[in-house]
Parts: sequence; structure tokens; C-alpha cells
Amino acid sequence: MAKASKPAPKKAGVQKGNGRDTQHAVEQFLYRQAALLDAKNWQGYIELFAEDGVYWMPPDLSYKTWEGMPAIFAEDKNLMTVRMKRVLHPDAWSQRPLWGTNHVVANVMIEKESPGGEVVVRSRFHMMELRRDDVRHFAGGYTHHLRKTKDGYRIKLQRVDMTNAQAAYDYVLQVWV
Amino acid sequence: MLQERVPDFAKFVEPDRVRREVYTDPQIFDHEMQRVHERVWIYCGHESQVPRAGDYYTVQIGRQPMLMVRGKDGKIHVLYNRCPHRGNMMCGDRHGNAGEFFRCSYHAWTFQHDGRLRSIPMMESGYAGTRFGRGNPDCDMKKAARVESYRGFVFASLAQEGPGLLEFLGASKVAFDDMCDRAPEGEVEIVPNCFRVIQHSNWKIFLENQLDALHPSVVHQSTGRAAMEVEKQIRKKTGQAPLSYHMLSAFAEVTIEKWDGFQTLNYPYGHCILTGYMGLRPKDPDTLAYEKVMQKAYGKKRMEEIFGVNIHHVLIYPGLSVQSPLQQLRAVRPLGVDQTLTEIWHFRLKGAPEAIYRRSLAYYNLVNSPATLINADDLENFWKVHQGLASDGGDWVSFGRHYGRDIEKDGVVETGANMGTSEAPMRNQMKAWARYMKD
Repeated sequence: MAKASKPAPKKAGVQKGNGRDTQHAVEQFLYRQAALLDAKNWQGYIELFAEDGVYWMPPDLSYKTWEGMPAIFAEDKNLMTVRMKRVLHPDAWSQRPLWGTNHVVANVMIEKESPGGEVVVRSRFHMMELRRDDVRHFAGGYTHHLRKTKDGYRIKLQRVDMTNAQAAYDYVLQVWV
Repeated sequence: MLQERVPDFAKFVEPDRVRREVYTDPQIFDHEMQRVHERVWIYCGHESQVPRAGDYYTVQIGRQPMLMVRGKDGKIHVLYNRCPHRGNMMCGDRHGNAGEFFRCSYHAWTFQHDGRLRSIPMMESGYAGTRFGRGNPDCDMKKAARVESYRGFVFASLAQEGPGLLEFLGASKVAFDDMCDRAPEGEVEIVPNCFRVIQHSNWKIFLENQLDALHPSVVHQSTGRAAMEVEKQIRKKTGQAPLSYHMLSAFAEVTIEKWDGFQTLNYPYGHCILTGYMGLRPKDPDTLAYEKVMQKAYGKKRMEEIFGVNIHHVLIYPGLSVQSPLQQLRAVRPLGVDQTLTEIWHFRLKGAPEAIYRRSLAYYNLVNSPATLINADDLENFWKVHQGLASDGGDWVSFGRHYGRDIEKDGVVETGANMGTSEAPMRNQMKAWARYMKD
């Protein structure tokens, strides 16, 4: 989209983009991504990332980059594949017990949209996890940097800021949130 | 009068096996907190965690909530996190800066960073003629009985009596020497991030796992294999895979037979060293650049000595697990008989190139973060062990592997040749435990 000649009205950080089409497409993308996690479709989840894509969960909101910093997750597609293969290995003992998740994604706000179709989108998530008889809750914000391809959006960077990032972990996280 | 009945703990511990109550009985837990954790030297933190006057970190020693704080004179103090007035906790945050002095949030009593009473509101009108006021130690924040640090690592003991820190650490001080010596400037600096993970198991189960050289190839096979497969693919594509993949694939590549080739050295206070350097001296440009800086700092001979230190892991009983070649440590804080918190930190080698830091960072993130690819399966086992021990399905925990083949010299128990997977560290820890409980 060409640069607007008159300034776009400032509305809660939203830049003028494709309007409702982008909003709708991005929302669908986020919902489908979350559904892949809940369906334990790890391969499908990994494939949503661009070749140079990174999944990043910083331990603190103040972090500006994942490079050279402590991270709860900082994984390119190769490392994500290690995680997937590990989880699927029959001797991944901690994967034996019954477990599942339920993700809800909402408050989807397009932050930036470039003429080339790159979109920065913020959303909030809530994840409930059942492991054996125990329920845990994780919640926070996603920031997706999406790139438009012929197959739809691909993730350049997904930043996950968990509200409970700094809290003590009762057990650990096994797959992406 | 209340009479405390102290059980005869000797009957719980035999040289090659231990009664299950040692792990599951809440009364025994209370005794061990009192006899072990609240008496021996416990790791509080690193000096670089509290760089400025007034900086503090809370730390649990046994059942006692403590504060490690930097004073205006640069000295580090360890205090009970408690106001002597009505018992209010002084600092409610995990860490922060107290400012010029501590100020209680209840009645505004204020204290110097070393715990001495500074002021009480209405000191004259309210307390004249009473026993309360400056100079009465009952009105100060109580201090840990002893505080000492070694190469920047701060320890406290809540008992007046006992060996000094260096005597207590003995040979296990190599954990800190190895870490600091690998820094061209001879010291390390903490990276200000603590990963905290709660285990649903007794603290001793974690400790016993640390130097259990047989478990990695059983427990971590899934990650080791997964990493190996991806490592191979990357190598095929680009010629070389990052070292971080090797850190993970080693869990599958190092077989039980190879682990047997390592050795454990076990010391009277319960500490233990596992040898077997992790092969982090490849000939890549980063390592060579680092060696250049090291040689400049120390000279070739000393540098080779430093790199020659052959350590995989050091366990400082009863609450610190150090991997010096990767600059990581895990502090163990028992929260209850079946609940244990680990606080996981890593360090920068002062003066070393950034690439060397990134190496330890990769290990910190992949192995020790709350999304760990490794410890998840350990935690699962710890929980299962604790569940099993709580049952009446058996009374004993066996530590019989290579029992009777240990070599004892001057109180130090060494595993014999090709017995690196010996359960000597567990036998030694329980022997030390029984002694602490009796003395």
C-alpha cells in the first residue's frame, strides 16, 4: 500500500493497513496456529515458521533481542525439530502421562503492516494445561512478525511474553506455548 | 515439659542402602533442616548479584528466609528477613535495592544494611526507659552466624560453630577455581537471570541424581537421539553443526561404558566431584581466539594447567551443583519433605570473548531453562521416585552399584578404574548425612 498522503487517524497504535481483510486473515492464522498445538500437530506447527523463523520466549519483558540472552525458548526450525523428535520418542518418559492443552487467543491487534505484506501483530493468549490430574495456567502476549508467502503467512519471529515468565515453574514446559 | 524425641538416625542408613523414611518422613525433614541445612555452609549467591550498596537478594537457608545485602562499605551481609519489632518480613520482593537503609513496612523501624537498628519512630517518647532501642542486639535484624565468600561466591552458616568455609569446601572448591581460572581476568560475573524450577520430590533425590553417571544414557536418550539426527542433517547441509547440538547429542553418544570410564571423588562432608571434561576445547576459531586471550593472561604453562582440569560436575553438599566448564550452577532449596526448589544461574567469564559466553548460554537455555530438553525427564523420575518411596512396597533404597570396590584414601572415596557409574556418591552423601544428623 502506498504511503498515505494525509496522516492516518491514530487509533491505539494501529496503522492503516488492509483493514478488515488483514485483520481477519491474521486472526485465522493465529487461531489455526494455536489449534495445531492443542492437536499436538508439531510438524504442522513448525511448518508455519519461515526458513529463518524463530520462536522466542524471553524470561523478562524488558528483553529486546533473543540473541546472546538467556531465554526460556529461543529456537530456530532445527531446534524446534529436535524438540519435536524428542517429544515423539518412545523413551521421552515425561511424555508418557496423559497431558493436553487448550489455547485461547484473543485481543488481536495489528501493530504494523508494510507494503510487502509483512505484518506485526500482537495478541493475548491463555493456555490451560492438564498433566495427569494437575492443571496449570499460562497466559501472556504473543507478538508475531509475519511474512506473506504464496502459501499464506509464515512466522519470522514469534515472541511470547508470559505473564508467569519470572515465576517459579512447577515442573517445566515441554513444548511451545 | 515438651521433650523432643530424636530418632536414632544411624539405623536408617546402612553402607549400601537407606531406609525410605529418610526421604518421606516430615519429622526427619525437620531434623535434617536443623542438623544439616541450618548449620553447614549454604550458598547464598554471587557478589556480582548485589553490585551496589543496598542491593539485596532473598535466599532460603533451610527453613530460614534470609537476605543477602551489600552494605555501604562494600561488605556483604546475610540477615534474617525479619523485623525484630513484630516479626514482619522486611523485604517482600525477591530482590531489589533497599535504599539508604531497610525500612519496615509495618511500623517504620529502620535498619542499617548490616542489620543494626537505625531508628524507631517515637524512639524518645515511646521507648525512653524501656529495654528497646539502639545498642540492644534484640532490636537489630538478626545476622547469619557466619558469612564468608570464596572467589566471589558467598556462603553463610547459621551456626557459630563448625569448620570455616575453606575447610568445609575442601577439594570441592575446585568448582569455583575451575570456573574463575577459565576467565582471563580470573573472575566471573553473574548473568542476572535466575530460572526457578520446583520439583515434587525430596531434595536428596535431586542431589543423588547429579553425579549418577548411569542415568543420562537411560533418561536422556530421547533428546540425545533427536539432537543427533538433526545435527547430522545440519552437518550434511552446511558442513558443521553448532556445538550446542553436541551438548545434547552427547546424552545419547556417551554410552554407559564411556560413563564408566569417568571417576567420582567423594569427600567426608558429602561433596563429590565427577571427572570427565565435556570436550569443550574444539579447534574452532572461537576456541582458538579464546586460547590466545588466555595465554596472554596466564602464559602458556598456566593456561594448559587450567584447561587440563578435568571436571564434569561438582556437588557441594547439601545444596549446590556446579558445572564449572559451562559456568552453570544450581542451588537447591528444600521447601518441604516432598518439594524442592532449584535456582539456576550461569556466569560470564570476565575478559573472555563473547563466543565463549554464548557456548555456556546455549547450555543454560537448552538444558537448564524451564523449557529444558533434558531436565524434564529427570523431574518426571524424581516425582516417580518420591511417589514410590512413599508407598509400603518396600523399605529400602539400594545404593549397591560397585559397592565394596571403592578405594578409600585419607577419608576420600574414589571409584575404581572403569567404575564411574558407581553409586559411591550416594553412599557417601548418606554417610555424611548420618554423621550430620548424629553430631
